[in-house]
Amino acid sequence: MSAPRPCVAVVVFPGSQDDRDAAWALAAVGAEPELVWHAETELPSRTGAVVLPGGFSYGDYLRCGAIARFAPAMRAVAAFARDGGPVLGICNGFQILCEAGLLPGVLRPNASLSFVCRDVDVVVENAATPFTRRCEPGQRLTIPVKHGEGCYYAPPELLVELEASGRVVLRYAGGDNPNGSVAGVAGVVSAAGNVMGLMPHPEHAVDPLLGSGDGALILASLVEAAAERVFAAVR
Amino acid sequence: MRVTVLVRPKAGILDRQGQAVESSLKHLGFKVSGARVGRVIDLDVNESDSAAARAAAARMCEQLLANALIESYEIELPDGGA
Repeated sequence: MSAPRPCVAVVVFPGSQDDRDAAWALAAVGAEPELVWHAETELPSRTGAVVLPGGFSYGDYLRCGAIARFAPAMRAVAAFARDGGPVLGICNGFQILCEAGLLPGVLRPNASLSFVCRDVDVVVENAATPFTRRCEPGQRLTIPVKHGEGCYYAPPELLVELEASGRVVLRYAGGDNPNGSVAGVAGVVSAAGNVMGLMPHPEHAVDPLLGSGDGALILASLVEAAAERVFAAVR
Repeated sequence: MRVTVLVRPKAGILDRQGQAVESSLKHLGFKVSGARVGRVIDLDVNESDSAAARAAAARMCEQLLANALIESYEIELPDGGA
């Protein structure tokens, strides 16, 4: 008998572009993805995890993610996060989570001022999160980035706090920092540990045929956490 | 009432856009030693009292127009109003 598939809600904003890829990749690693339109005020009741996908929500007007954070669905996502539900923001989703105050810091235009689209290596700095539990500490993952505004910034005192508490989960490896992020930060997790954002796109790296399968480790970790949340109540 | 909001990168925040502008100006032969790029937002606020208009604009900045981590804002009223 195959394992039951937990529902992972993928929020679709006007201007999202990786929602379907995220849903496809989540299905490939054992989830039952459900696309949730941004105007919805509630997530499906059986939701075990949420993904905010990449793209250019609301045209990225004003600042990336600044307007999407007011979408009705984001209120439901914030409530889900407050309840301990795992939430993963990829690229634009990371930007939205920062603007919404669910993650610390902000994403700024790349230091090069150029859009960057290529594979990068990241190091798993913390493998004890719902998003990296399938990874080994220190493991190198090859996952593509594609963004114009992925330069992570946190004020110095905040960065010290993040580093000290293991909240820098992913870091660009070998000094190959594609966007000028402070301390090479590629992904951070919330203080409670259940909300994560990253600039690389794990959903574009779930099959070696596409260049790398390393992104599947991130998504499979999330699906495992979602299954625990959904099916724990049933057992 | 027309209210103008100026949003700027905070002092000390690296502004690559400003650096690119500065370098282009130098290319054109202008003598500049700094450029910072911000944003101007002209608002038509439905308030006739300038103190109320300023307070409304400040709330807009706090909630949406500026990101306090990296940006500062300034609010301008017609004739330098309250």
